[in-house]
Amino acid sequence: MNAWLRQHRQTFMLTLVRMAGNPFATVLNVMVIGVALALPLGGYLLLQNLGSVTKQVTGNPQVSVFLTPNAAKADIAALETRLKLISGIRTVRFISREQALEGLKRSENMADVVAALQSNPLPDAFVLETASDAARLERLEAELRALPKIAHVQIDSAWVKKLQSLLALGRTAVAILAILLAFGLVAVTFNTIRLQILTQKEEIEVSKLIGATDAFIRRPFFYLGLTQGALGGLAALAIDYACMRILNLSLLELSRLYGSDYRLGFFGLPDCLALLAFAGMLGWLGAYMSVSRHLSAIEPR
Amino acid sequence: MISFSQVRKSYRGGHEVLRDLSFDVGDGELVFITGRSGAGKSTLLKLIAAIERPTGGTVLVNGQNIGSMRRPAIPYLRRNLGLIFQDQKLLYDRSVLDNVMLPLAFTGHLHKDALRRAHAALDKVGLLAREKANPITLSGGEQQRLCIARAVVNRPGILLADEPTASLDSASAAEVVEMFRAFNQVGVTVLIATHDEALVERLHPRVLELKQGRLVQ
Repeated sequence: MNAWLRQHRQTFMLTLVRMAGNPFATVLNVMVIGVALALPLGGYLLLQNLGSVTKQVTGNPQVSVFLTPNAAKADIAALETRLKLISGIRTVRFISREQALEGLKRSENMADVVAALQSNPLPDAFVLETASDAARLERLEAELRALPKIAHVQIDSAWVKKLQSLLALGRTAVAILAILLAFGLVAVTFNTIRLQILTQKEEIEVSKLIGATDAFIRRPFFYLGLTQGALGGLAALAIDYACMRILNLSLLELSRLYGSDYRLGFFGLPDCLALLAFAGMLGWLGAYMSVSRHLSAIEPR
Repeated sequence: MISFSQVRKSYRGGHEVLRDLSFDVGDGELVFITGRSGAGKSTLLKLIAAIERPTGGTVLVNGQNIGSMRRPAIPYLRRNLGLIFQDQKLLYDRSVLDNVMLPLAFTGHLHKDALRRAHAALDKVGLLAREKANPITLSGGEQQRLCIARAVVNRPGILLADEPTASLDSASAAEVVEMFRAFNQVGVTVLIATHDEALVERLHPRVLELKQGRLVQ
């Protein structure tokens, strides 16, 4: 067992030494993999950030219920009681037509418009805070419309639903791109290993002659694929992190105009490690395919 | 240790290289395989090292049947064989020492132990002082001695040498042959394929002479 581990350690160190001994080719291969991975990864990062924004917005979806002009105080009180009994509604807040007008007066640029009005055109309304998801909100909307003295029901987060549909579409596009570029990564590694096998043809032949097992001969190529893939993943993370920092400079300026300090967030450590493992695994797969295809052709003569 | 029984070997196109070959080589023997070019000397050695498989008959090496041997078992057979080639098959992108260390890399030796063995092997062939040199800087005789050091570093029971003196001058050839004799004297079975009759006459070993793939003597 110790000898087996020692051989693995020696092979891994030898792989690193060989990669360091050929820095130009190593950097080039790693960058090709890095750029290929950075594209879908960057797309995924953007979608993840947009997703978290919409989650915040739709955290407590609000529903505005506008009453008919003839709703009397008794009707309003009865309606409030019924609303509080409906499941999925967290809070019920009544906003009278007078309160609504006062609020409008306080709005910038609206004071003049409101002053010009001869009567209050606004209806009484309830603002409901719900704990419902998109599907349940639709049922709630229908339920509310069926109640008496209700003129209009407006779900304030309807636009978020559309955005979420767009995000789902974006996720699908990123997934397709990721699959295509994963094939690309496997192909790059396949070719790198093929060239490496050809370069070391003589050494492989001699090693087979003097008693090296196939596993021993294959091992350095597996480590090369694995290391190259993982380094490519690291390069992809570095590229996307740099891009995110640059984007954040502009985004922060824009956010401040809206009184926010919103900026794009990066992946957490578990996500980064998962990506490195995934990239390493793709590299290993490329190496495995290449070694299976090319190594058996080299036999001592 | 080595047993050939009714062995035939033919290549694609039906060209028969070895025909009904039968002989035994016991432990610690020194055997020369002679014959003209194309007589089948190299093929015979390749059968022993499982580089080639017999078309018919049985080849037994250390009790293992080469014809039916599974591919994964071949490396373990070769670890008990020391192979020396006319073209040496040295690696010129590494030092003399690294060439000798190569067979020890996959047998699980500790680095310290491997280094000690490699130094001992280089010392035996008189190349210890050149351990850091690149094999390309060595003379033909030195390269052949390096090849011998690599072949014996794993302390094999059998040494197979294919025309080991073919490209050497007479002095270097004599040195190389003396090394084989020395290994044989400590119990190693040595099979040397050669067409150098002077060499055979000098050592008076057991000779297996091949003619058109058949054993004539």
